[in-house]
Amino acid sequence: MVGSRWELKGWVDGLIRESPLLQGMPPEVSYLLAMVFFSLVAVGWMAILALVFVWLERKVSARIQSRLGPVYVGGKFGWAQTLADALKLLMKEDLIPAAADRLLFTLAPPLVFLATMLTFVAIPFGRGLVIANLDIGIFFILAISSLGVIGIIMGGWASDNKWSLYGAMRAAGQIVSYEIPVALSLIGVVMYTGTLNLVQIGQAQAGGIWHWNLFRSPFLLAAGVVYFVAALAEADRTPFDLPEAESELVSGFHTEYSGMKFAFFFLAEYSNLFVISAVATVMFLGAWNSFLPWQILPGPVWFLMKVFFLVVVIMWLRWTLPRLRVDQLMRVCWKVLIPISFILLIGVGVQMWVFRGR
Amino acid sequence: MGAVLRYVSDIYKGVATTLIGMGVTGRNAFRRPITLEYPDERWPLPERYRGILHNRIEDCIGCLACARACPVDCIHIQTVKRDKEDYGATSDGTKITQWIPRFDIDMALCMLCGLCTEACPTECLTMTKEYELAVSSKKEIYLEFALQRDKRAVAEKMAAGDPAAPTKE
Repeated sequence: MVGSRWELKGWVDGLIRESPLLQGMPPEVSYLLAMVFFSLVAVGWMAILALVFVWLERKVSARIQSRLGPVYVGGKFGWAQTLADALKLLMKEDLIPAAADRLLFTLAPPLVFLATMLTFVAIPFGRGLVIANLDIGIFFILAISSLGVIGIIMGGWASDNKWSLYGAMRAAGQIVSYEIPVALSLIGVVMYTGTLNLVQIGQAQAGGIWHWNLFRSPFLLAAGVVYFVAALAEADRTPFDLPEAESELVSGFHTEYSGMKFAFFFLAEYSNLFVISAVATVMFLGAWNSFLPWQILPGPVWFLMKVFFLVVVIMWLRWTLPRLRVDQLMRVCWKVLIPISFILLIGVGVQMWVFRGR
Repeated sequence: MGAVLRYVSDIYKGVATTLIGMGVTGRNAFRRPITLEYPDERWPLPERYRGILHNRIEDCIGCLACARACPVDCIHIQTVKRDKEDYGATSDGTKITQWIPRFDIDMALCMLCGLCTEACPTECLTMTKEYELAVSSKKEIYLEFALQRDKRAVAEKMAAGDPAAPTKE
């Protein structure tokens, strides 16, 4: 691990050293307390992001359909609409179907939420502004983000509802399939930069837009597109939102969920949106580096700007394209994305061999 | 070879049509929203809009033409012959020979067809541009137009045992 002042570990150490409250305690307790504090900050940050994204989604969809979207709640632009919705969800009755498997039914939403939450650990928001500077960062994210599917299957199965089960099975098939092109398209970047560490991948892209992985090689440009499409499918976004498919499955695996449990699924969905955009930003769009050789704005600002750009593009896509059929979905994955990402992988290798590394 | 070509052109078409679609939705996103924020803003109504009925009772001669024209019988009128010295006149000079102790329109029944206003000879029964008919009780849209003056006059007549006491409706 690269020890930097801006890393979370550095913050925690500093906090323990300087805070009079924590100084007197044994190091185990103080370290735990500081970690709990920072995890609460992280959870809060994610909740706020999800709220912003839900509001943004409503606004973007409204504008694309020549509507206004929320305008009343919170005064201007209806910015408090999602807060009001969240409050409503909190106060709703938490219903568990009579035939449901109570334990699995209750466990599923936190598990899905946890899977998305854990990926935040490895995402760098700026130079060294990362909770854990993992050497296997991207590998960790890929591994953890596919955990969510277990929660989805649990929820679908425990609901004792055929539509929920269908949705869950679809989600499982989809996520397991699309995991492959996601990983393969990211491997190209890993080969090119020679590291799995997200912070180092970000640093390698400093110094202007032509240093971004996306524009360094035509193969990586195509890999970026493949990643984007496959990641959409992995996050169950339209046009790949078959697990939810309102018109066929009511709303898939979360049909039977209400109140706070539903909110957890919802939160996980929108946090997932952030995660895939963040990974795309770090891997392809130059992470926290500006598109000019000079940084100008602080790193996290650049990072968030890029993430928000991608999120808006994803929403834009959602309100443009209709949903695919299941066979089309599988065709796109196995017959198009996977072969292409293999070819791109070979292309990156050949390029590196011809140009001796760069 | 043909299969390969089709494969490639499928991918090309998939990407190209997606971009075209995004162009359409993208252009839409920057168009002015057509939403009208209803309770705050309203559409201008057409000139001959048929809203809730209104009767300028001062000009009503109690001819019952509207009640007869009404297909759903939602207009209830009572008329009592006035004494000669009580005759009045409408704003267009028509003689008023009746007291009208009751002129009610049940807007809950009314279907806003406008036939009554066409039948009205003195143009006193008109349709307003008011269209917000939602109320919490039917009584609130049971419109009563009769003047207190007419009611009082009829009551006095009845007290005097006038044989022309209210019958017609």
